[in-house]
Amino acid sequence: MSKHHTLADIIHPGRTGCTLPQLDVPMAELPAEGQMRHELRLPEVSEGQIVRYFTALSKQNYALDDGLYPLGSCTMKYNPKWHEDVVRTPGFAALHPYQTAASVQGALKLMFELQQYLAEITGMDAGCLSPMAGAQGELACALMMKKYFQSRGDRKRQRVLIPDSAHGTNAATAAMGGFEVGVVSSDSEGNVDLVRLKNMMSDDVAFLALTMPTTLGLFDPSIDGIISIVHEAGGFVYGDGANMNALLGQAKFGDMGFDCVHLNLHKTFSTPHGGGGPGAGPICVNADLEDYLPAPVVIQYDEGKYGLSYPDKSIGAIGTFYGNFSVLVKAYAYIRSLGAEGLKAVSENAIINANYIKEKLKKYYVLPYDRPCMHEVVFSGSRQRTKGIRTLDIAKRLLDYGFHPPTVYFPLVVDEAMMIEPTETESKETLDTFVEAMQKIAEEVINDPEILRSAPISTPVGRLDEATAARDPDLRWEG
Amino acid sequence: MNPKEYKYTKDNEWIFFESDGVGRIGITDYAQAHLGDVVFLELGSVGTEVSQFGKIGEIESVKAVSDLFTPVSGTVTEINQKAVDKPSLVNTDPYGDGWLVKLEISNPTELDALMSSDEYEQLTSH
Amino acid sequence: MTSPYIPNTDDIRRAMFDDIGVHSIEDLLQDIPKKYRNPRLNLPPALSEFELTRNLSRMANLNDNLDNFVCFLGAGYYRHFIPAVVEHIVGRSEFYTAYTPYQAEVSQGTLQSIFDYQSLVCELTGMDVSNAGMYDGGTAAAEAALMACRLTHRYKIAVLSTVHPRYYNVIETYANGQDIPLVKVDSSLSNLLSGCACLVVQHPNFFGNFINMEKCAQKAHDAGALLIVATNPISLGMLVPPGDLGADVVVAEGQPLGNPLSFGGPGLGIFTCRKEYLRQLPGRIVSKTLDKAGQIGYVMTLQTREQHIRREKATSNICSNENLVALAIVVYLTALGKKGLRRVAELCYHKAHYAAASINCLAGYSLVSSEEFFNEFLVNCPVSPQRINEALYNAGIIGGLDLSHVVKNGMLLCVTEVNTKEEIDRLIDVMAKFAESKNE
Repeated sequence: MSKHHTLADIIHPGRTGCTLPQLDVPMAELPAEGQMRHELRLPEVSEGQIVRYFTALSKQNYALDDGLYPLGSCTMKYNPKWHEDVVRTPGFAALHPYQTAASVQGALKLMFELQQYLAEITGMDAGCLSPMAGAQGELACALMMKKYFQSRGDRKRQRVLIPDSAHGTNAATAAMGGFEVGVVSSDSEGNVDLVRLKNMMSDDVAFLALTMPTTLGLFDPSIDGIISIVHEAGGFVYGDGANMNALLGQAKFGDMGFDCVHLNLHKTFSTPHGGGGPGAGPICVNADLEDYLPAPVVIQYDEGKYGLSYPDKSIGAIGTFYGNFSVLVKAYAYIRSLGAEGLKAVSENAIINANYIKEKLKKYYVLPYDRPCMHEVVFSGSRQRTKGIRTLDIAKRLLDYGFHPPTVYFPLVVDEAMMIEPTETESKETLDTFVEAMQKIAEEVINDPEILRSAPISTPVGRLDEATAARDPDLRWEG
Repeated sequence: MNPKEYKYTKDNEWIFFESDGVGRIGITDYAQAHLGDVVFLELGSVGTEVSQFGKIGEIESVKAVSDLFTPVSGTVTEINQKAVDKPSLVNTDPYGDGWLVKLEISNPTELDALMSSDEYEQLTSH
Repeated sequence: MTSPYIPNTDDIRRAMFDDIGVHSIEDLLQDIPKKYRNPRLNLPPALSEFELTRNLSRMANLNDNLDNFVCFLGAGYYRHFIPAVVEHIVGRSEFYTAYTPYQAEVSQGTLQSIFDYQSLVCELTGMDVSNAGMYDGGTAAAEAALMACRLTHRYKIAVLSTVHPRYYNVIETYANGQDIPLVKVDSSLSNLLSGCACLVVQHPNFFGNFINMEKCAQKAHDAGALLIVATNPISLGMLVPPGDLGADVVVAEGQPLGNPLSFGGPGLGIFTCRKEYLRQLPGRIVSKTLDKAGQIGYVMTLQTREQHIRREKATSNICSNENLVALAIVVYLTALGKKGLRRVAELCYHKAHYAAASINCLAGYSLVSSEEFFNEFLVNCPVSPQRINEALYNAGIIGGLDLSHVVKNGMLLCVTEVNTKEEIDRLIDVMAKFAESKNE
């Protein structure tokens, strides 16, 4: 067990990590004493020590460049390296958001084209790139639909319907949009229960939030029924596009009748996760909602120039500026490097890889829905639970096998859920190694359960005391 | 294992009818095991009037939040400050020091709708 | 076309189909109604990395980038020196390709750096606790206002008129979601604060000037409202932190701390507050703790506030944030350190004051406000800022922000440590060309 290293260990008064120029203008009178701060307790460390500190920290991370992240609904696909170089070019990196449109035509052109590509891919009429994460894209959609109804004098629609398998952000977003949440249950096939939906759908519902494929990794074949039930009652259908990786080139949200959709560029479109962000959550909408898009959207004038525009009935700005521009550049690069055929190959391979894992593991783990899945497959750890081992233990033991665990305990409708999404960028060899690890763990559950309960044993730290961290949080350096 | 003198609800609360018309409420061992390490209690305030099966608080564990419902109607007379200060008591002693709320029972006949220890045992044995 | 990002080949896929028990991909897509299948994607044909690198380079060259221009734009996003060490660390794939640290045992690098970030920004702002960061300064201000509503159970938000207009717009958009009205207040701070959950101010304000923080704090607190202060994090290298001036919540745009301009994103919303508000704090929070063997480690905590557990009762719907930007902030603040950040702030201050004094000397130009300022100031110009900026552009300079809709011929200028005396003098020279002649 090695010593725990913190910045405090390498701080020493007088050290510095960078050089700065001398003052080359006359000194002005400083602000009054009362305005000046007396203490600034920031580190004092030399550059080399800084590099060693962060290098050591980085080595305690498992990252996508190390290995598989089979996280369902996260689409942890390979992050192409040339994208990283492109965004660092000064022509993209050194642009101030307040520069005149004339001086940033290249940036605006890229954004305009990306808006178009995303609308084309989703089968929608218009798009907006300013949401900085999927959840923000969801919120923008909720606010747009709310304003749509209010502007027509329809103030009755205070509710939103969300399937019981939905991601937590759907419900949290609905609440931020001032809506009440009604939960629609799934049937035994994992599809939306149409009878329940019909009963719950009325003229007090603004929209149904629907993830497609669902969070169970399944395409709901009654999609037409779902959409028409909602539309007949005058509501919208919002598509949670987190699982877009399964639909690229296979089906378009707009064709199916969705009214608005958000996308996660850090999932489907290969931009890196950064340990939690930055991502981007652009939205695409149909003609009904186009005027309500957040400001700004990028437009092209008749003479071919590009500019930023404030849609007529916009819900307003949802961010200070125009979105996470460097993330947008990477997604643009990705789409240009794949083209229509390449995007279709992505979804096909993602689907094949997930079904392969499904077949290989269904002997060992309970498969609640034994039918072709899309880009992800959900298993239940219920059989292992009868032996006293929980999905959490399986996840922690996978760490010892050198893999990041799948998504666990989501969706809520599956007991002891494990959601596995390999993505198309994984080779069959990697999948086989993962399957082998999962098989070995299934055996360990029977023959050596204690090793699961004490897992992980080969990671930088073992299981952490989350109870104390919650009861008595320690959130910053002492002193 | 669930105390025989207590009454139970299907939401995994228990109530013990103290002699002076006061009921003491907590969550069962099954509930605390299911929740995991309890980290925070939100129990409202003294003097609040509550109705049977209404929500009167929240119990937070590391990974979940559980609503606390009152088994009977009444007025809150005491909050267990010891448990608020040390939420782990709910895990280690759910029927004793881990009690949550006391209230003055307004309608003692409501106790009849509650489960006995045996009935609750049956419910949770699957 | 074979993709470098798809390792499985046709023969491998055929073997996999056998294992799955199907003949082709068609068998796996039966749940999708046929009428929706195989839609046409009207996209440009794929190009190679070589061709696209060139294409994108051409697109980038259509932009006037600030490596080729001197710049005096600020107004919420700032050009500062970024030590090379920042990008080298942020560019490590162990950091940038990692996922959100839900599995703490293999994410200690990410988690410890967030803990360092939380510590550093609390020190800067003078507040007790910080989250792991929000999307940007504007949304941090919006979420702070919503938090104030939850804490006070009042549903009205007061915003001082000198707050960044874009921040006002973002707060309004978020507040509209819950039908919470905004009230704009001027610096007299009359009794418009009654019934408000908070007063949102910016210090230094949008025009660069210091505001009367004592008065704002007193008025807000007398009305039972929280004081939310948006600030410039570089200024905190030399100015008293808002936490010491009565702030209850301090938010800021984190971009200036080691991050490129990048046309406005990604940035990061710094969000710090008093410890009493911890349970209502939105976003991720990291705590130090111990593992089973007694080793120090870090873990995400109080997750029950967040969307994945609390769902519709969550403190916010935020899931992904700007984590890598937070890492850049930690490296930047560590590299600059105590003396370095102070020095950067002073360089900005003195250079801006030199520029302002020089401009003030030009006939027809005047500073709009005589209040103290940090590194931005609003100037009344003798002609339209547009004309001046055109001339500046021809001299290789991007001038200040045109605010003539706020103040006649108003231009908001910003000077940072990257502007040399020579550059400032060149700015003055061009501006002098529009100075009113003394003989007129």
